Order: sequence, then C-alpha cells, then structure tokens
Amino acid sequence: MSRQDALVSADWAEQNLDAQNTVFVEVDEDTTAYDGGHIPGAVKLDWKTELQDQVRRDFVDKAGFEKLLSSKGIGNDDTVILYGGNNNWFAAYAYWYFKLYGHDAVKLLDGGRKKWELDGRKLDTEVPQRAQTSYTAKEQDTSIRAFRDEVVNAIGTKNLVDVRSPDEFSGKLLAPAHLPQEQAQRGGHIPSALNVPWSKAANEDGTFKSDDELRKLYEDEGLDSSRPTIAYCRIGERSSHSWFALHELLGETDVKNYDGSWTEYGSLIGVPVELGDGKSS
Amino acid sequence: MCSAPEQTAELPAGTDLTKESVLVGKVTSGGSPVGGAYVRLLDGTGEFTAEVVASATGDYRFYAAPGTWTVRALSRSGNGQTEVAVGGPGLFTNEVQVA
Repeated sequence: MSRQDALVSADWAEQNLDAQNTVFVEVDEDTTAYDGGHIPGAVKLDWKTELQDQVRRDFVDKAGFEKLLSSKGIGNDDTVILYGGNNNWFAAYAYWYFKLYGHDAVKLLDGGRKKWELDGRKLDTEVPQRAQTSYTAKEQDTSIRAFRDEVVNAIGTKNLVDVRSPDEFSGKLLAPAHLPQEQAQRGGHIPSALNVPWSKAANEDGTFKSDDELRKLYEDEGLDSSRPTIAYCRIGERSSHSWFALHELLGETDVKNYDGSWTEYGSLIGVPVELGDGKSS
Repeated sequence: MCSAPEQTAELPAGTDLTKESVLVGKVTSGGSPVGGAYVRLLDGTGEFTAEVVASATGDYRFYAAPGTWTVRALSRSGNGQTEVAVGGPGLFTNEVQVA
C-alpha cells in the first residue's frame, strides 16, 4: 500500500464526483451531519445502526454486509471514496471495515468533511438514488482484526499502540473530552502499550501528515517495526485512523486494529491494567 | 455512546457540576456568533484533546479536567483561540473570537 492507493485529495474528489464506478460515502460520528449537507452524490452509512449488529456487540456478519452494500447501490467493481467528520475517525473505521470484508478498491478523502467545508467546497442535501446491486463480500480478513485474547498475549511481546489522549491513557479520563464520562469499568491502559495519540498523525485541517513525519512519530515513540503491532483506543474508531497511517500509508505489514478496545479491555475481569503515563517504569 | 452530542448552551440532563469540569462557550466574529466552526480543545502542552463542530449559534462544550486548556476554532471566517484555566469541578464559560 502507499499514499496514492489509499488517499485522494479534495481537489481530486471535486474533479471526480461523477466518475464512473466511483461511489462517495459519508460516515460520521454525528450521524445527522449528512442530512444537513454532503458531498454531491455521496451516500450515507450509519456506523452505529448499519455497521454494528443491533443485538450482539459485534459487526454485521458477511451476509449483513452484502445486504447493506447492495441496498446502498455499491457494487463489487466500484471504487469507494470514504469521508466523514471528526478528522475521518469513522470514515477510517469504515475503510478498515471494508478491507475486513475484502473490498480492496476503497480510499479515504484526505481531510474529510472538515477540509471540504473549510475550503468552502460544494455541499448538497439531495439524496442520490442508486440502483440496488448484488454485492458479494469475502470472509473477514482477521489478519487486520485483533481480539481480546490475542491482545492479552501481546503484552510485552508485540507493539501495543494506545492512540487515545494522554489523559485517557493515564486513567484520568474514560472518554474523549467532548463526551460525557462513561463506559469502561476501569481507567488506564494495557501494560507495555505506547501512547501515540491518533491526533499526532493528523494536521489541523484533518489531512494526514507526510510519510516522513509519520515514520518519525512512531519511531520516536519507540515502535519496533520488526514486531507485529496492535492499535486500540476506546471503541476502535480512532485506532482505525492510526491503523490506516501505519498499515496503509507507511506500509507496515502486520498491523491489527483491536475494535473491542478500552470499553472491552477495561471491563475484563482479571487482566492487568497500568495507570500513569507509562514512562516511569 | 459516541454519537456527537448536540452542542447547546444548555447542559445535558445529568451533568454533575460538583464532579465534572465543563467548558462552554461561543465562537464569535465581530461580536456575532459563528456557526459550524471546528472547535479544538488542546491541553497544557498544546496537544490535541478533542474537537467538536459548534452549533448554528456558535456554541460548544467540552468535558475537561483541572488544568490549563486552549480552545481553538477554525472557520471559514478565520481562526482564533483562547486559554482557559480550570481549577476544579464546575462550569467554565469562555469565548473564541475568529478573524
């Protein structure tokens, strides 16, 4: 993977809104943002009601993903351009999710909704009508998805990258500072994890930093490129952003996203938890 | 939950100001509210902590902790920032002027 394969610029997007076999998809933290105006022609994906199983805590299964993409009018031959608010958190999550089900032709709009809006580019409220397709997904590629037992076994052996803010890492906060404090039973982080906040990989306008800046960032924080890496955050969306930087932009080969993240780990009984900034030991 | 909470001047039910440190404020330009700005909360070292989109009336809200914070707004009318010192639990009201 490289930057050209994984990212498109806002300029490119603006010139390719009507390109053949190209579908723009908005995925937001604020699921109402789309309704107030979106990139012309873009369809909406709701990460909470459409990508999550509504009973169990897990993703929709293969058949569910096939049904969803078919109903959105996305075909196997389409290139999907994902974008969203909050510096592409949920768009990166959807990117990882599309890869998980084997859709290779997927790219992220660099800067997402924020850059598009701040640039004053056109937004539209018209909801496009796309003909139903017959989408076929692959089995989940678990080489990019980590589960809890693997994470516990990775302590002290693999790179664990906690991409939450320093206050969440240390155990002072349980959620990002724009959300009410709730969720996992305990605060803190997985022992041996490095704290490299996702935000360090992004510029102020939401675009990704350059490959050189990204490489230096992870090297300076002590990431050992010879070992496999597992990224996590609170619910797996910010760590998708860092997974994207490590796996798709820098081309690190063995990088997984732990989507259970802190809301799962911080509620497990009997697992080790570390407090503090992780730098004193 | 992780759906972006609506940014209103009124605090959501259940907010306990004896325990939580809540920063609320408005983005303005020339005295008028600026809606839809991207408002970023940076910690005492300048590190990004959170970001919200201000409401149509320019309102934003953060749940912080004691410390010194910078609230920085990016908008089509320009950018601006302000510093806020949080000493403990309670409501901290501020304003960011963009130009």
